[in-house]
Amino acid sequence: MEFVRKIETVGLNLYYGDFQALKNINMRIPGRNITAIVGPSGCGKSTLLRCFNRMNDLIEHTKVEGKIVIDELNILEPDTDLISLRRKIGMVFQRPNVFDLSIYNNLKFGLRIHRMLDGKDEIIQAIQSGLEQVGLWQELKDKLGNNSRTLTLEQQQRLCIARVLILKPDIILLDEPCSALDPIATLRIEELLQALKQQYTIVIVTHNMQQAARASDYTGFMYLGELVEFGQTDQVFTNPKQELTENYISGHFG
Amino acid sequence: MIRKGFAEHIKELEKEVTALGEMVIAAINRSIEALKARNIAQSKQIIKDDALINKKRWDIEEKCINLIATQQPVASDLREIVAVLCVVSQLERMGDYAEGIGKIVILYGDEPPVKPLVDIPRMAEKAVSMLARSLDAFIKRDAQAALAICNEDDEVDLLHEQVYRELLSYMIEDPKTITRATYLIWVSHNLERIADRVTNICERIIFLVTGTMTEVNVSRY
Repeated sequence: MEFVRKIETVGLNLYYGDFQALKNINMRIPGRNITAIVGPSGCGKSTLLRCFNRMNDLIEHTKVEGKIVIDELNILEPDTDLISLRRKIGMVFQRPNVFDLSIYNNLKFGLRIHRMLDGKDEIIQAIQSGLEQVGLWQELKDKLGNNSRTLTLEQQQRLCIARVLILKPDIILLDEPCSALDPIATLRIEELLQALKQQYTIVIVTHNMQQAARASDYTGFMYLGELVEFGQTDQVFTNPKQELTENYISGHFG
Repeated sequence: MIRKGFAEHIKELEKEVTALGEMVIAAINRSIEALKARNIAQSKQIIKDDALINKKRWDIEEKCINLIATQQPVASDLREIVAVLCVVSQLERMGDYAEGIGKIVILYGDEPPVKPLVDIPRMAEKAVSMLARSLDAFIKRDAQAALAICNEDDEVDLLHEQVYRELLSYMIEDPKTITRATYLIWVSHNLERIADRVTNICERIIFLVTGTMTEVNVSRY
């Protein structure tokens, strides 16, 4: 496999108290591609995703061992600046978590927190660019003052993605981003991700095998906290190397 | 447009089918040229180049399998991929017929001709024209054109019958021509088969457009 390595985990173990949720994960995620992580509920896929921007730090009694190297830096080092890490590595969740604010203020929120832009023109420009990237600018440009809760779920999820993009991240993590959406909205979000991968490294966790097959370039299959297989999506879905992967993706268990 | 990515994959696939078709057309034309000129070197090249046709067919098949596995196509998208799988296998087999003609040219060597070649080049021309138009109909989803091309198969069948009868009479007249005349019957047979396989492609086009699989042309052979 020839690619630019963006994220690499080395011997990654994670414990919630006594329970080991991740077991010796060694994985290389390529840059400017979409990588899907699939596996049955409780296999550790969301836990792994949350490791990439150290969201697990927020959970008590969590212990992490090993390394996560992003752009040659081990982000598990204690001196890692978490604020800038989370700006660089944005995250989108299962249900669109828009703030109960106007569209404009939702987008401005991150800019303010990170003190990125001051001038009003600059902010407007950044908001326009963010909304354009997610295909919302045309429909929302005259409604920026509306409360973002008035948007459809798909629009809200797009807004959440725009809110991440506006902070100029390198990596976008998505945890089941389409599970609250209907199939058409899901396909549209997948098309959006395809467009975004030209510029960003995207990691998506999904229980929807078809989505992983359709929308990703690389797929990792996890089971009981272990990374069973990682490879190009075409290969994983046509000729998996591990019997366990074959049985899971063909619906024989799980 | 929803699933823009998938539409692009399909377009790419169609381009590859067209490219494979062009390779096969070139192989058929070159095999007849080689027969007319008794060009052994060219025949050897045709035989060698058949491996490229086979490889292209497998490459396209692999892409189809990947698309089925990863994109879950349904309805006309699924029919398209099934049609491509069928069309490429037909094309690959036609390539084998051209390769077969190349092998016959080598067997024929520099033996004197049984008769001037008239109907065989005419059959080849007709078969190639049918093939080229069937590929065009495939890209354009033109079921009507496909149906019309199917009906032209009879002309090739009649020419084959004519060649067969004529060569049989040469053999009866002079048993020394039996080997050479048999070689030419093989060539004629291969060309008849090529045209027949064009009708299979046409049936797939009709299937692709209408969703119904019908056998349009029942060959005499």
